[in-house]
Amino acid sequence: MSVLARSRSAATALLPFALVLVVGVLLLISVSAPPLEVFRLIFQGALGSQAGLSTTLMVWVPLVLAAAGLVVTFTAGLWNIGIEGQIIVGAVAGALVARTVIGPPLLVIPLLILAGAVGGMLWGLLVGVLRVYGRVNEIFGGLGLFFVATGLVVYLVIGPWQRAGSASTSGTDLFRREAWLPRAGGWRFSWVALGLAVALVVGVYLLMRGTRFGLRLRAVGRNGRSAFLMGITTNRHLLAAFALCGALGGLGGALHAAGFHHKLVPAVSGGYGFLGILVVLLAGFRAVWIAPIAFFFAVISVGSTQLQLRLQLHSSLAGVLQGVLVLCALLVGGWQLRRAHLSRRRAEEGG
Amino acid sequence: MSLELRGIHKRYGSVRANDGVDLILEAGSIHGLLGENGAGKSTLMKVLSGFVAPDSGRVLLDGRPVRLGSTRAAIRAGIGMLHQDPLVFLPFTVLDNFILGSGRRVRRAAARRDLQRMADQFGFRLDPEAPARSLTVGERQQLEIVRLLWLGARVLILDEPTTGISATQQERLFATLRALAEQGMIVAFVSHKLEEVEALCRRVTVMRRGRVVGEADLPCPTERLVEMMFGRVQVPVVRERAAPGDAVLELQGMRPADRGVAESHTLAVGRGEVIGLAGLEGSGQRPFLRTCAGLQRPAEGRIRVAGRDLTRARYREFRRAGVHFLPAGRLEEGLISGLTLTEHFLLASPGGSFVIDWAQAEAEAAATIAENLIVGSPRSAAEELSGGNQQRLLLSLMPSEVQVLLMEHPTRGLDLESADWVWRRLLERSRRGTAIVFASSDLEELLRYSDRILVFFAGKVLREVPAETISGEDLGYLIGGKDPR
Repeated sequence: MSVLARSRSAATALLPFALVLVVGVLLLISVSAPPLEVFRLIFQGALGSQAGLSTTLMVWVPLVLAAAGLVVTFTAGLWNIGIEGQIIVGAVAGALVARTVIGPPLLVIPLLILAGAVGGMLWGLLVGVLRVYGRVNEIFGGLGLFFVATGLVVYLVIGPWQRAGSASTSGTDLFRREAWLPRAGGWRFSWVALGLAVALVVGVYLLMRGTRFGLRLRAVGRNGRSAFLMGITTNRHLLAAFALCGALGGLGGALHAAGFHHKLVPAVSGGYGFLGILVVLLAGFRAVWIAPIAFFFAVISVGSTQLQLRLQLHSSLAGVLQGVLVLCALLVGGWQLRRAHLSRRRAEEGG
Repeated sequence: MSLELRGIHKRYGSVRANDGVDLILEAGSIHGLLGENGAGKSTLMKVLSGFVAPDSGRVLLDGRPVRLGSTRAAIRAGIGMLHQDPLVFLPFTVLDNFILGSGRRVRRAAARRDLQRMADQFGFRLDPEAPARSLTVGERQQLEIVRLLWLGARVLILDEPTTGISATQQERLFATLRALAEQGMIVAFVSHKLEEVEALCRRVTVMRRGRVVGEADLPCPTERLVEMMFGRVQVPVVRERAAPGDAVLELQGMRPADRGVAESHTLAVGRGEVIGLAGLEGSGQRPFLRTCAGLQRPAEGRIRVAGRDLTRARYREFRRAGVHFLPAGRLEEGLISGLTLTEHFLLASPGGSFVIDWAQAEAEAAATIAENLIVGSPRSAAEELSGGNQQRLLLSLMPSEVQVLLMEHPTRGLDLESADWVWRRLLERSRRGTAIVFASSDLEELLRYSDRILVFFAGKVLREVPAETISGEDLGYLIGGKDPR
């Protein structure tokens, strides 16, 4: 690659960020917010204090786990919109362990983590079974099961698992201390959650890049028909992708419940599944990029709570910014594809 | 009135579907467009009806250019297309279908009267309130014709209109077309069936490989049409034919589960035998091969491979028994776009370690690439290869032990050299005992490499002929559904 081509490809990679900056600034000006002040507050809120950084890291964990799982399903050519439901069921399964298993942390916490992964996996597999054997598109199956999961968690919180005394949508009673994930020194984040997330993201990267399973999954995702004719068990691979993605999502849910809320709340999934889809889209479906991008998104999510306090701006502005970023990235990606296609055609016709 | 096509070019990837087609259609008679599947007829008609935009070229109706690439503009200009599968919305009523697409406000009562008047005129019986679902294919066609005429079509193009309609409906259709031509309309009749073209048309244009290869006024000797369709068939080199070994693929009354299949097959293919499936595309070869490959279960009958009954078995069990299938769509069903050659070799080699050693895999891939004379590198993506090299790649992905090899158009789109190479490889396998069954539309290929040829026509095997004794002309006749004298 020539120097020119390299600098050009670097420029096109940065183009979405430049575009989002421009659109973001225009957006902020349109709601009469000072753009620089907004960006400063976001970064300060998310990174400027121990508490802020801890929260950001604890948001990063379920977000990056969901994104890692989605890399697997996207590789297999699947739109696992149901990831949000899988996070919820993972959290519910974790909460079930926290409420019922009595013992030392060394027993409760591994069980809780395992339960979260298994719960999410089963919920993901259900989407897969519906898709593979019931011919239900995974988008509809996943969305349906997400609503079922939401119903389940609300029912549990205001029903059987309600707080002693009064039922409230603010959540169950706090878990016993043995079920809280251990914290790092004086910080509020949990090294268990963080360590697991880092290890699993690296694991997914290696699985997708360097194993036959990852390669076959890629084959199934790119051309299921050819893959089948080559003798690959396409259905089994689709189910495996759903199971893996569900397990990662469910694990994120359980870690978030036990490490951040310390109880089951109705909004335990926090939209991290849907946000994870945006992370993966922005990462161009590559596992390498999801960790930094998820971190960036976590910063925006956490930091934007400051906006309401300081500038009386609604914190949903963060969601708008994230959405705009992804749309810009997709748009630029679309342009690039189109240009590459056109230039290839011209080259073909010229040659 | 005349319709003129000038220099129509249309490419799909590296395939030149239309390669500079010039054609003039005159009013007053029915003009036939004849050619093998893949000759470019359908693409040309799609260009004419505005369904696809050509890369270059013009269409003139009465000397005035027609805007291309828009079906709406085409029908406004008076060009109506009757597709092979009539474009009818099944849940709607006949009248709804009739009105739909008119693009203007219409009074139902008036439209209903028009529909009935026009249907009566041609002797069609169409109940305006009946659901379109209850109509036969022939009746749907009638509805389409009436609708196109009502929209003001002055040019009527029919793409293979006789597929799936009854003999009486065909007679009625032909009578209608003759009447329309006499009224001064331009009628173009696209077909690959010689008999129909001979019965109906006054003039015929023959296409082959995206070009017009000849025109003729009818009646004319059938041999001439056959020759134009398939090209002059060279006398094939007689290859050494060894007596086939024990039966390795046996079909007993096997009928593929497919709408177009008319008959069941009973056949035994011996070790080392090469069977060619001749016939126009869509005559039943495809379901035949796919059923033999285990991709679809037969509706009835039995399939045995090397003595094992695989009638109810799944595709994987067919593969395990040594059945290998090479589909026609190389990038659709054979290779995987976006994956490199190395990755293809890895996918095709069963077993191996879970973790991939990429350096070793690439070294092995380079060796396989060299051995199979593929022009490409271990890191080239499959879709970057030329058609011939894709075919070489597909062949190199085949396991070493294959009992039965089933192929669709093994050398379609390849230059002579590549085709030669492919067949040298295939015959090598055949000598080692692999039974080969292949479908092809290349008569020379069929005659040169087959031991026996099964001629498919309209969903059944019209004739089984030994390749040694049949001439190319006679084979052409059989493919067109005519018995050679």
